[in-house]
Amino acid sequence: MAVVASETPFHVLAVDDSLPDRKLIERLLKTSSFQVTTVDSGSKALQFLGIHDDDASTVSVHAHQLDVAVNLIITDYCMPGMTGYDLLKKIKESSSLRDIPVVIMSSENIPSRINRCLEEGADEFFLKPVRLSDMSKLKPHILKSRCREHYQQEQQHQQSDSNSNDCSSPTNKSSSSDSSRKRKAEDNEEILPQKNRPRHS
Amino acid sequence: MDYTNLRRQIISMKKSLFDQGYLDEQFNQLEELQDDSSPNFVEEVVALFLKDSSRLLTNIEQALEKYPQDFYQLDSLVHQFKGSGSSIGALRMKNECSMFKAHCNDRNLEGYRTLDDSSSSIPASHSLLEQLHLIPWLTQMPPVTPEDEEGACHSEAEAGDIFSCKHKHQIKGPVST
Repeated sequence: MAVVASETPFHVLAVDDSLPDRKLIERLLKTSSFQVTTVDSGSKALQFLGIHDDDASTVSVHAHQLDVAVNLIITDYCMPGMTGYDLLKKIKESSSLRDIPVVIMSSENIPSRINRCLEEGADEFFLKPVRLSDMSKLKPHILKSRCREHYQQEQQHQQSDSNSNDCSSPTNKSSSSDSSRKRKAEDNEEILPQKNRPRHS
Repeated sequence: MDYTNLRRQIISMKKSLFDQGYLDEQFNQLEELQDDSSPNFVEEVVALFLKDSSRLLTNIEQALEKYPQDFYQLDSLVHQFKGSGSSIGALRMKNECSMFKAHCNDRNLEGYRTLDDSSSSIPASHSLLEQLHLIPWLTQMPPVTPEDEEGACHSEAEAGDIFSCKHKHQIKGPVST
């Protein structure tokens, strides 16, 4: 495995039941230098993230379970079955996923809806159609959450003398990188859209 | 050159779609996202939109035939249709869907008429938008030479500026209300 000297692009998971919308958000994200995975439902998103609907609160995600780190989740609000809001809640309920920033997209400008999402922990709310200029709002949330995570790990290191539960992260020289389970970089592997990695639980 | 007239026709059609309010600047956004790394992006999105909305239209038609009317389901279908249209810049379709949804809300579809043009309806809007298939051809056809430009008719003088540009041809539509 190559040692990655430069930064690996951030990986965004995009959730939207509409096919043209998925295509659009994928293009917007790729144009903005993100790696993208798209799924068409909340339940598929949870599968990809390595948790199962029924036991979200009890499953602990092992370090190697997340094949690819997800740095941000962007989801449509209105979806059949599990709405974007439901998905948001599940993510925030999961100890392993709650630190991943979540952005909600909606075609409807309903203040009560927006507030509800923000209160539940969404980091940003985009009105559809999403534009290229909206993409610049994503990276700050990712960096903020990585800083937070890095700080938390520092705390843990100080508390216990054991090494971080690093599985096979390459020695990334960048000081802002995480040595944690979340940054298992891979050889320039393109994450193809709509390709769900099989999960092993 | 064979392509010249075709190209002009497509530009004219595109301009007309903007002028008549069928398309808005969101469509331009799509064009801006097309580049060498994704050279067929507009075509691909348009194809997905048309395919997706065909499916939705069928479902809407089926739902309309139900008795008693399931307004909730209809509203949900039209909502999806509206969202899809909005993403590609199908302004008129979006507005017609809003009207339709308002009628669903009132639980009254009798006497439903679309905006000002009585000959237009959601299906008609959709079939007009099938012309969108042609627009990506603009970027794939060879550029027009200066000699060809002289044959341009007066009504397409505006399009003349676009002919001299080899790359993306964006006709900015009127600002959508």
